[in-house]
Amino acid sequence: MAEASYPPELLYHPEHDWARIEGDVATFGITWHAQDALGDIVYFDAPAIGAQLSQNEPYTEVESVKAVSDVYAPLSGELVEVNERLADNPELVNEDPYGDGWMVKIRITDAGEAGGLLARDAYVATLEE
Amino acid sequence: MTPTETAMQRDRAVTIFEKGQAGRRAFSPPPLDVPERPLDELIPPRLRRREPARLPEVSEPELVRHYVRISRRNFDLDTGFYPLGSCTMKHNPRLHERVAGLAGHARLHPLQDPQRAQGALELMWNLERALAEIAGLPYVSLQPSAGSHGELAGVLLTRAYHEDRGDPRRTVLTPDTAHGTNPATVTMAGYDVVKVGTNADGGVDLDDLRAKADKDTACLMLTNPNTLGLFDPNIEEIVRIVHDVGATAYYDGANLNAVMGISRPGDMGFDIVHFNLHKSFTQPHGGGGPGAGPIAVSERIAPFLPRPVIVRHGGERSNGSGREFDLDYDRPKSIGRVRGFQGNYGCFVRAYAYIRSLGASGLRDASEVAVLNANYLLARLRQLGVCELLPPAYDRICMHEFALTGAPMKSELGIRTLDLAKRLLDHGYHPPTVYFPLLVEEALLIEPTETETKETLDAFAEAVAAILSEAREDPEIARGAPYTTPVRRLDEAGAAKKPVLRQPL
Repeated sequence: MAEASYPPELLYHPEHDWARIEGDVATFGITWHAQDALGDIVYFDAPAIGAQLSQNEPYTEVESVKAVSDVYAPLSGELVEVNERLADNPELVNEDPYGDGWMVKIRITDAGEAGGLLARDAYVATLEE
Repeated sequence: MTPTETAMQRDRAVTIFEKGQAGRRAFSPPPLDVPERPLDELIPPRLRRREPARLPEVSEPELVRHYVRISRRNFDLDTGFYPLGSCTMKHNPRLHERVAGLAGHARLHPLQDPQRAQGALELMWNLERALAEIAGLPYVSLQPSAGSHGELAGVLLTRAYHEDRGDPRRTVLTPDTAHGTNPATVTMAGYDVVKVGTNADGGVDLDDLRAKADKDTACLMLTNPNTLGLFDPNIEEIVRIVHDVGATAYYDGANLNAVMGISRPGDMGFDIVHFNLHKSFTQPHGGGGPGAGPIAVSERIAPFLPRPVIVRHGGERSNGSGREFDLDYDRPKSIGRVRGFQGNYGCFVRAYAYIRSLGASGLRDASEVAVLNANYLLARLRQLGVCELLPPAYDRICMHEFALTGAPMKSELGIRTLDLAKRLLDHGYHPPTVYFPLLVEEALLIEPTETETKETLDAFAEAVAAILSEAREDPEIARGAPYTTPVRRLDEAGAAKKPVLRQPL
């Protein structure tokens, strides 16, 4: 995806992660800004199903041609699904960060945490500082 | 721009094994002029190969051309300016090669009895004393064989020190500007990394350090000047905070080239320092070849140093029965060997030659000129308008290197730091370090070193300015660079995802 984009239906974490909440399940990934700053992603370290994620804590790492970076959990919960396609095609994170490049799904443990995340415009404002 | 392929780009690199013909030789031995004996008498059959070794079969001209060709496909210090930040790519004086090549050094066997290697031990002992003086710490081990190896030895010493006191600890603090080797070392030594933030001036955030230093802290690893090329003026307070919780302070000597003979890590309160002999002390940077990363430590760390240690006995030089210099293995608290034999001796000879040919005042001059060259180059870039698109990440007087951010260049010209770096190759320069330190967006870390002339620095600054004005006209040129190198832009992502790890023979 060549042009910056930040879908309005997502919630954002200041460490450049997004969450899509559907019922008690949330999907996580990294934002367009994050993949653009990292450059070509070459490795996604898939976390184990059943792992307990804590809001604001790293749950995995991605490696790009420039660096290895932590990926932060926007919400707490139990990991229920991992995007298996990223094992062989980590470039999906660059090509489609909000679609095929999603990373994990969790079962939300504390729905109230979503109140601490940023809406699209508030997140985009942090990028322009 | 439609680039034409150069002869070197068309020339596929092949290994020496793919060249030549069966039976071809570079050397023909003279006819045998002594009675021939059966091979079985000389080497028992069970120790012999069943098949001849697969060696390249080439003529001497082929052999010479092959290696000269490979060397010309490389970019090295002998080819041009190499301002790779944090790597101190200074000139390697030829005098050092000559000294290291003397038979007494080059042909010394690593198993030689210490009694018959007194000269080598004396050189190592003297090098230890010189490094101790530069570090401001009294005890040295030359065993670690790379900077990263010195770091590991240093953190293992910290571990041994805490365990000996009956106070094992869990964590090591590193600033978020640290070299990547620091957290890797910490993990290898069995500790957890705790990152400390950077303040608005580019130094350690003291409040964050106070909040994170506690009874679990084994050590703080710090580079000063740091990887932004900035000297941390709070260094005494930083070391005090660390010592107050009972932790050790480790000085990563990667940036020692800024402060030799001016400030000493030991005087700042550090307990352990490593040296990169290939940076500050002109040992050539080899592609993974022999290296040396000696460490210097304080009194309280000394009992744990790797063994053996070199000792000097008092009194008259021996007349055959005794030894003036010896290896002491009786070190009950030692962490043990970290290296076979005595380390890479050739590196010690070169570093010692450097220290002795410059002397104390010469080392100080080297550091002063390194800092002057970096500040001159930054001022020159500013004068040429480069810093409007590539401003310093922290606008202070720098030490031996400085970090620029390419963020404005990326948004205004549409080229990234990587594109600028690749285009510099077409101008005959090795690019600076890119995308490090990680906290600087689109970072460019430039370290010119003291061995470059004003003319070289001026020409480099003009090349950067020329690339920016070219990109303003046509950003595609930089995006497609390099054009003139033996290989064009490499597929870095492909190399990381699908590496070719074996060369079929």
